[in-house]
Amino acid sequence: MPASEEICRLSATELIAGIEAGSFSPAESIEAWAGAMESDDLNAFLWKGVEGGAEQGSGHLSGLPVAIKDIFCTSGIPTTAGSRILEGYKPPYSATAVERLTEAGAGLLGKTNMDEFAMGSSNENSAYGGVSNPWDRTRVPGGSSGGSAAAVAGGLAPCALGTDTGGSIRQPAALCGIVGLKPTYGAISRFGMIAFASSLDQCGPLTRTVADAALLLEVMQGQDQRDSTSVGLEAPIELPSSTDLDGVRFGVPAELVGGDVGIEVGVREVFEQTLSRIEELGGEVAEVTLPHAAHGISAYYVLAPAEASSNLARYDGVRYGLRVEADDLVSMYERTRSEGFGPEVKRRIMLGTYALSSGYYDAYYAQAQKVRTRIAEDFTAAFQGVDFVVTPTSPTVAFPLGARTQDPLSMYLSDFCTVPMSLAGIPAISIPAGLAAPPEGGPELPVGFQIAAPAFGEQDLLEAAHALEMSIGFQRLDQREGEGA
Amino acid sequence: MTALEPVIGLEIHVQLATETKMFCGCRLSFGDEPNSHICPVCLGHPGVLPNVNEQAIVYALMIGEALGCEIAERSTFHRKNYFYPDLPKGYQISQYDHPIAVDGRLGDVRVHRAHLEEDAAKLSHKGASGRIHGSGASVVDFNRGGTPLVEIVSEPDIRSAAQAREWAQLLRATLASLGVSDCNMEEGSLRVDGNVSLRPAGSDELGTKTELKNMNSFRFLERGIEAEIERQRELIESGQEVEQETLHFHPDDGSLTPMRSKEYAHDYRYFPEPDLVPVVPTAEMREAARAALPELPAARKERYLTELDLPEATAASLAFQPELGGFFEDALAANSDATPRAIANWVTGDLVAALREQDLGEDPYRSKAEPREIAALAAMVEGKQVSHSAGKQILAKLAAEGGTAAGVVESEGLAQISDDSEIDAMIDAAIESEPEAADQVRSGNEKAIGRIVGAAMKNSQGRIDGGLAREKILERLG
Repeated sequence: MPASEEICRLSATELIAGIEAGSFSPAESIEAWAGAMESDDLNAFLWKGVEGGAEQGSGHLSGLPVAIKDIFCTSGIPTTAGSRILEGYKPPYSATAVERLTEAGAGLLGKTNMDEFAMGSSNENSAYGGVSNPWDRTRVPGGSSGGSAAAVAGGLAPCALGTDTGGSIRQPAALCGIVGLKPTYGAISRFGMIAFASSLDQCGPLTRTVADAALLLEVMQGQDQRDSTSVGLEAPIELPSSTDLDGVRFGVPAELVGGDVGIEVGVREVFEQTLSRIEELGGEVAEVTLPHAAHGISAYYVLAPAEASSNLARYDGVRYGLRVEADDLVSMYERTRSEGFGPEVKRRIMLGTYALSSGYYDAYYAQAQKVRTRIAEDFTAAFQGVDFVVTPTSPTVAFPLGARTQDPLSMYLSDFCTVPMSLAGIPAISIPAGLAAPPEGGPELPVGFQIAAPAFGEQDLLEAAHALEMSIGFQRLDQREGEGA
Repeated sequence: MTALEPVIGLEIHVQLATETKMFCGCRLSFGDEPNSHICPVCLGHPGVLPNVNEQAIVYALMIGEALGCEIAERSTFHRKNYFYPDLPKGYQISQYDHPIAVDGRLGDVRVHRAHLEEDAAKLSHKGASGRIHGSGASVVDFNRGGTPLVEIVSEPDIRSAAQAREWAQLLRATLASLGVSDCNMEEGSLRVDGNVSLRPAGSDELGTKTELKNMNSFRFLERGIEAEIERQRELIESGQEVEQETLHFHPDDGSLTPMRSKEYAHDYRYFPEPDLVPVVPTAEMREAARAALPELPAARKERYLTELDLPEATAASLAFQPELGGFFEDALAANSDATPRAIANWVTGDLVAALREQDLGEDPYRSKAEPREIAALAAMVEGKQVSHSAGKQILAKLAAEGGTAAGVVESEGLAQISDDSEIDAMIDAAIESEPEAADQVRSGNEKAIGRIVGAAMKNSQGRIDGGLAREKILERLG
């Protein structure tokens, strides 16, 4: 039997292979990972507990523990969405995505920290404290799925669930040097995922490898009666095996990657190197145009807050969660919500309420919907000429904790390259492509490479990402530490 | 000053009698233990999503078809956002700019639209006001929350309180005949709000309207609208302006008071519900809805008038009261001898009176009388086998104890006397018992004959035909 450290060095697919081969048992795997989780000094977990997964033969994911972003409802297990307003809340039911994993035999490995209600790009908006990037503890892990990304990168979990509304899986995956997949809108049921912006929210995996992302996607995807907007994928996802990119066409959109959009020099270098690598693997790189993509952030910061202002109305102190008593109903609402929500959530509720107000709806919400439609059409047109659209996932490497908390706009720009895909509802993956030094100096940090595909093109997307991943041979943090040890 | 003309439109909320709620699998219930039919979805827990009830769609399609509406190929849901403890999500899911049915007509009033939405939960306030402001505590029963509703909005085609009541009754009868709702105003499964304004008669412009709520019977609807018309008339005639507001009707004294602005003044921030896809009824669903339509009250009344030759009032009461009409139809189907008119008269006259006497409400099926036996009774009276007054006795007996009409005739000895000598003897006895009347008849005052006929009827316990008795008396005294 291998030692815990050896188990904890495996990817999810390797772990399952090890169990299938009889090298170790599901219970040994769960125990090893439970120990890893307990050693969390990144504040990656909001609840540290293990449920299921240890039983032999309970499904093909038996023995695989999955860290769950605290935005997924888990029956009887605290679920806060990173907010004070849900402190102590234990849902009476579990999210479909979580249920599908546990039905396949997987275990639940803690609930991970996140920006409050998934609103943020640094995890600093959590009511329960920020999360450290395991590459450099003075830096952010990205967000909003910052706890999930830090846990996987820091060797505290083999894989994790996140949610992505405008980049919340891809950006932290990029900043932590792991793989993050946002599937097509509708591929995975949203039932039980606490809503931020319903028309954009999508669940996806944060993993050590592209194959691991495929493994989890296949288990979770599919139509769900309880989510009318879920459709599932057309065919089951298979583990990707491509090692070349012969004839595959990659489009680089000037609007997102051009010289004037604030991409750090180091990030740009890694991006260019990756484009060269694509060509070495037989792929073609072409310019494409997404004329409206640069307006993505503007449209997103109307639409997402508008939906959020409505989605968060239910936290009123009446039925569950925080209630701050007062003499009358309106005061109770005001005090509960004043004390329960953090500043960024309040900012977005106000933005969204304004955007939907009578007299402003057409100028903001309706206009933003038109931009959204245009962006989707831009992608459709671009995919006439190329198979994938590629960008750096984040314009920057991980930035220092506190660097952007006083400047919401600069924080919002973290999602400049990821938001257009969210608005278009198409799948996109971030894979680690290399390291770059931050502009202010210091040790090199991971850079993510984003690949976006047409809706429901997940299998092709995973194949391309896998071929590139194999060629890049990025050394994850856990692999580096393993070597150093 | 030109005469003022009321302009009235109605907004009707109909709770659908589906098995389950609009967006979750909880059963509908009335009067069950509070909060016993609830789930994470209808409580608005974090992460839940709505799921449209297909039965509710079909019922809404039936309502749309019954009201002669155009059915939308594609209708959508919006969120109507406001905070209130009876609204667990902080928004109501409701159809907004693309309702399922538009542009219909019922009777002489046009239907603007009919749309689907979900009902709020039930709030009870402890304290003097019975409203949330100033109450000591409030409790919420979420059993009702999420009940499917269809809201029907009329055009402002109504011109009087009485017409409003009549139209609401026709609408209720129409909905009840579809079987899509209990249509009980007191229990709130049918809620009628009124929009009232006044304008100079003949004008095309609309005056400032007020909205009237809490009129939970047809009588209160008429009284509330009547009171509001008068209130507005007094304001306008004294040179004051009508303020646009929502008024609460108080059934106890018929008064109207403004609802606090906080209770209704909202910017609802409508936007498309992102958790639901559009409703696109299939051809099959629409066909099924059409096929499920029964004969509607307006058509039924027309048939009663033209084919069955019923009087106007009788036709209306049978056509617009579904239970009564159903009983009549059953009696008609079992009948071979009586005219429809005779059966209709027994049902709407003596049977309804018997129901009232026994305190059985409006449903004749709750009495012991079988439709078949009412038909048999009507035939016996028409065939002069029993007298009309014996018929009344038989009906009372049937309603109270059931059994057959023939059986009652037998057991009570109510069969018409057909033996001439027996009749003659009874006539003679009657003349003898009323000498004064007899004298008056002899001297040409035919009116006095009534007392002698009455005596004959009384002596025979109604077993003589009244017309025949009259004839015989005249013969003797003529």
